[in-house]
Amino acid sequence: MPVTVNLPAVLSRLAGGKTAHEASGATLGEVVADLVARFPDLAPRLRDAAGNPYPFVTFYVNDEDARFAGGFGAAVRDGDEVIVVPAIAGG
Amino acid sequence: MPASPHAAPPPAPAGPRPIDQVCRLCAAPSPASAAAICEHCLGPLEPAYDPARRLPGRAEIASRPRSLWRYREWLPFAGEPVVSTDSGFTPLVEAPRLARALGVARAWVKNDAVSHPTLSFKDRVVSTALNAAIGLGLTTVGCASTGNLANAVAAQAARAGLQSWIFIPHDLELGKVVGSSVYGPNLVRVQGTYDDVNRLCAQVADRFGWGIVNVNLRGYYGEGSKTMAFEIAEQLGWRLPDAVIAPMAGGSLVTKLHKASKELVAAGLAEGPLPRFYGAQAAGCSPIVDLVESGGDTVTPVVPRTIAKSIAIGNPADGRFAAKAIRESGGWAQAVTEAEVVEGIRLLAETTGIFTETAGGVTVSAARRLAQAGRLKPSDELVLCITGNGLKTLEALTGALPEAPVVAPRLKEVAALVERAA
Repeated sequence: MPVTVNLPAVLSRLAGGKTAHEASGATLGEVVADLVARFPDLAPRLRDAAGNPYPFVTFYVNDEDARFAGGFGAAVRDGDEVIVVPAIAGG
Repeated sequence: MPASPHAAPPPAPAGPRPIDQVCRLCAAPSPASAAAICEHCLGPLEPAYDPARRLPGRAEIASRPRSLWRYREWLPFAGEPVVSTDSGFTPLVEAPRLARALGVARAWVKNDAVSHPTLSFKDRVVSTALNAAIGLGLTTVGCASTGNLANAVAAQAARAGLQSWIFIPHDLELGKVVGSSVYGPNLVRVQGTYDDVNRLCAQVADRFGWGIVNVNLRGYYGEGSKTMAFEIAEQLGWRLPDAVIAPMAGGSLVTKLHKASKELVAAGLAEGPLPRFYGAQAAGCSPIVDLVESGGDTVTPVVPRTIAKSIAIGNPADGRFAAKAIRESGGWAQAVTEAEVVEGIRLLAETTGIFTETAGGVTVSAARRLAQAGRLKPSDELVLCITGNGLKTLEALTGALPEAPVVAPRLKEVAALVERAA
C-alpha cells in the first residue's frame, strides 16, 4: 500500500488537477522525489534549490510536522499520509 | 399581505470592495479574493495600495469617529466598512510608576485589554477581515485561534449575521472557551496544540471555501493591526515613541506595527526616527526570540510549553518577518520565565490598575529584562502594547495571590487586620 500525499488546492493545478496522490518511498524526501518525477512543475514548490523542503510549505507525516522528525529524512511507511500545507497561515 | 414575523431577514449590505493584493516575495499581482498566498511562489500576499491615493491630514483624521476606521486610507478597502465599525481607539495610558519600575524615562500602556467588543487586540484584525469577507460575498467565516481571536470572530460574526466555524486547542482557559461559545458559533475543540489547529484550518479553508480570517483572509486581516500604531502616534500628539514592545505569537503584530510606523512617516503624519521594536515571548515558546538571537532567517519550530497560551505558537508564520522588522529597527527580542509571566501581570496591575492576561505579563516582564540588560535605555519613552484582558486567564494566577482574610461582620476584627497590616 503506497503513501498518500495530499496537496493544497494551490498546488493541485501543478499536479494534474488532483489534490490526492499516491507515491512511494522510505523517507519523505523519496516520496517527494517520486511525486516530482511525475509532476515536474511541482518541484520548485516542494524543494528549494539545495534540495531541502521549500520554506513556504510545511510537510506533515500522519499529522506530525516533519521538521520534528528529520525533515526530508523523516521515515514514512506504506499506508502513511503526507499532508502539504502552505506555510503562511495563522497567528 | 403583512410581513411574517419569520420572514427572511433583509440581505446583508454589500461590503466595501477589498483591494487587489501583491506577493511580498515575488511581487506577482493577485486580484482581490479569499486567498492569502501567491499562486506562483506560495509567498504571503499583501494589499496593493495605490501610492497615488488621497491621504488625509491630521485635522481630517481628528474629525472622524473614534474607531480604527479613522485610518481607513491605510486599510485595504475601497468604500465604507459595513460591520464592526466601532472597534479600535483604545486608551493610551501614561504609566509613571511602571516607568520607574522598569527603569525608563516615560512609559505608556496601549490598553487593548479594553478593546471593543471582546477585550483583545484581535478585535482590530477581525474588524477588517469581516468587512473583507462580506465584500467578497462570503457568508461563513472562521479562524484557528489560541482564544482571543476565537472570541473576536464569534462575537463580531454574530452581530454581522455571519455563520462562524471556530477551531481552538482543546485545553484553553475557561474564559476563552465561554467567551466564544456564548455568541453561538460552531466551536470546535481540537486535540492538539495551536499549530495542529492551524494546520487543520489550512485544510478546512481549502475544502469548504469559508473565509478563515487568519488563513485565506490573512492579507486583509493583518492590516487591522496597523491601527494600533496609528493610534499610538495620534494619542502621543502625532509623534513616535523611542521604543515599542509587543508580545509575539505568529509575529504579525510587531511586523505590522513596524510597517505602520513607516507609513506614518511617509504620510507626513509623524516625524522619524522610527521606534525601536521589541518582541516578547514566553521561554516555553520562543521561536522568534531564538531567531532574533541567532541572526538567521529561518524559524526553527518548537512544541509550546507555557501558561501564556494566547501566544503559544510554535510555528509562527510571520516569524522571519517579525525578526527582520525587529533587527531593522534596532530593537531586540526577549523571552521570560513562567514565574515572570505572573510577576509581569502583577506589576502592571499594581502600577497602572490595568489587569492583563498572560501575554501582557510576558510583555511587561520582557520590558523589565530588556531595561536591565541595557537594551532599553534610561532615557527611553516606551509604549507597551497590552493586547488582552486578565479576566480571560484567571487560571494563571491560581495560588499566586494572597488569600483574602474572612472575618465576622465585627469592627474589632477589621481593626485587628488593620493593626497587623500597619
